[in-house]
Amino acid sequence: MSISNTLPLTTSSSFSFGGLMRRPETGSFLGLVAVFLFFTAFGGTNFASPTGAASYLNVAAQLGIVAIPIGLLMIAGELDISIGSIIPAGSMTCAIISGHFDLPIAVGVGATLALGALIGLINGLLVIRTAVPSFIVTLGTLFAVAGMTLGFSVLVTGTTSVAIKVPEAKWLLGDFIAGIYQVTIFWWIAAVVFWSFFLHFSRYGNWIFAMGGDKVSARNAGIPTDRVTILLFVCSGMSAAFVGLSQAILYNSAQVSAGQSYIFNSIISVVVGGVLLTGGYGSVFGIVLGTLTFAVVSQGIYYTGFDANWASLIIGLLLLGAVLMNNTFRKMALSYAPKKGAK
Amino acid sequence: MGQEMGATVLALQGVNKSFGPIDVLQDISLEVKAGEVLCLLGDNGAGKSTVIRLLSGVHKPSSGTITMDGKPVSFSSPREAADHGIATVHQFGGTFPLMSIGRSFFVGREPTRWVGPFKVYDRKKANEIAVKAVQNFGITRIEDGDRLVGGLSGGERQALAIARAVHFGARVLILDEPTAALGVKQATHVLRIVNEAKRRGLAVIFITHQVMHAMAVGDHFAVLIRGAIAADFKKGEKSREEITDLMAGGASMATLEAEIESHMHSENA
Repeated sequence: MSISNTLPLTTSSSFSFGGLMRRPETGSFLGLVAVFLFFTAFGGTNFASPTGAASYLNVAAQLGIVAIPIGLLMIAGELDISIGSIIPAGSMTCAIISGHFDLPIAVGVGATLALGALIGLINGLLVIRTAVPSFIVTLGTLFAVAGMTLGFSVLVTGTTSVAIKVPEAKWLLGDFIAGIYQVTIFWWIAAVVFWSFFLHFSRYGNWIFAMGGDKVSARNAGIPTDRVTILLFVCSGMSAAFVGLSQAILYNSAQVSAGQSYIFNSIISVVVGGVLLTGGYGSVFGIVLGTLTFAVVSQGIYYTGFDANWASLIIGLLLLGAVLMNNTFRKMALSYAPKKGAK
Repeated sequence: MGQEMGATVLALQGVNKSFGPIDVLQDISLEVKAGEVLCLLGDNGAGKSTVIRLLSGVHKPSSGTITMDGKPVSFSSPREAADHGIATVHQFGGTFPLMSIGRSFFVGREPTRWVGPFKVYDRKKANEIAVKAVQNFGITRIEDGDRLVGGLSGGERQALAIARAVHFGARVLILDEPTAALGVKQATHVLRIVNEAKRRGLAVIFITHQVMHAMAVGDHFAVLIRGAIAADFKKGEKSREEITDLMAGGASMATLEAEIESHMHSENA
């Protein structure tokens, strides 16, 4: 991962164990190494092959594009579970516009992203206007959007599954490279670079951490907390819509019910990636590691002789382990002070 | 600091505050001068917090005026009060325990630099300025701006918060029970920092119910009882016992002790 080089380094450029320990992603890195070794040992050469790598990278890419904005929302102290129905809504919108009505794919993509942004905007406005926790607000939009997707799809097309054929845009949005790697992997890398910059290098990242730490103090310090909250919801909505449209283009069809699993999977990835549930702490690189860990476990199981049903057990244990480990690492981070003259 | 020592910076004149039918503050008149520490003393529930909220823009007075440099002001938000140079530091100092010293110091005012076409947060500059500002207040143990605020001691956090306020041009510093949760040694640190802020010409409002701490730094004292000013006096005009008695609501400490003793006596009998 070359990304690690672009993240802010600790005090000195020389290696510092204490400095490493206070980074939010240290725990998730150890977790990823552990599951990777486990499945390499039990999955044999198939898991370690390019095909094996493709199987978990493809899963990680689609999940990762959604998980990062979800993680940022969690760092800012919010939650968005409506992505579970924005993904199928995005698939259907794109398929209906560019498949059923045969309009140019640019129109389909534009409308889909606009829909994601609109749902995010509604989420954001509801969260800041009412004092209702974002979990409840987005639970509401989760069901509302799922119902609308189903209703409109049947109303417009008469079916719950719509075909879409867009050869002109397939290479860009939903194709396999070398026959096995989804093009979404590159979109994921682009997203990682963008969000890493946003959270760790731009001043807006500092605002997000401050909002998760203490929203009232952040507002008093002059941070436009309402605008940032809305922006983050818009971003998660658009990211989910993007994943939806790329799935539709990849599989040449869209279904009304495909995406609910993303709700928990993205939260698991984010938490395994070291983001604090109460907000104020986390990193994009950690979320990437968490996403990879999740994908390795959920796909790696097929390469072992074990029944695939055991994968959920491993993920459950990983999540619990991650939460406990995150607490330990956070304590270490808080108590860490460089030795005098160590610089 | 650009303000003349001894000039009145912030004043309350006949301020009343009520929430619905409940009168919380009655006819409060206070003033604080540059380079002076005004100690606001009072028991829990005496209305100290409400005074802070009026001064820091959280609430508006029901009647009466707040003046700054002799001109009436009205703050519609804490941000507006902060823009006028009124900074409030709360009991636990830093409110972002999981942020680094440099990052929390510059929250909302991050220094940036251009790297190619990108405007990036200048971590090095932020850390340098933050560490220097805290060290100028005598906390020389803080050397690394990447340390998390939550890892600092209570006194160090107060120092960081005060240094931050001063760095961003605060003229009035409101300290809300800064020593309440601290041990003796840490409290001494904070009192030294209060003195340093005063020496730099800030007008300091020090809210506390610890008479010893107030007497160590205060120039001017006001005792608040049930929302009204029960006493207003200068340094050296009253003894510690007198102030404690005042805070206890007039009932002298000696009477109270006698009462407790007789009570214990009757229990034992």
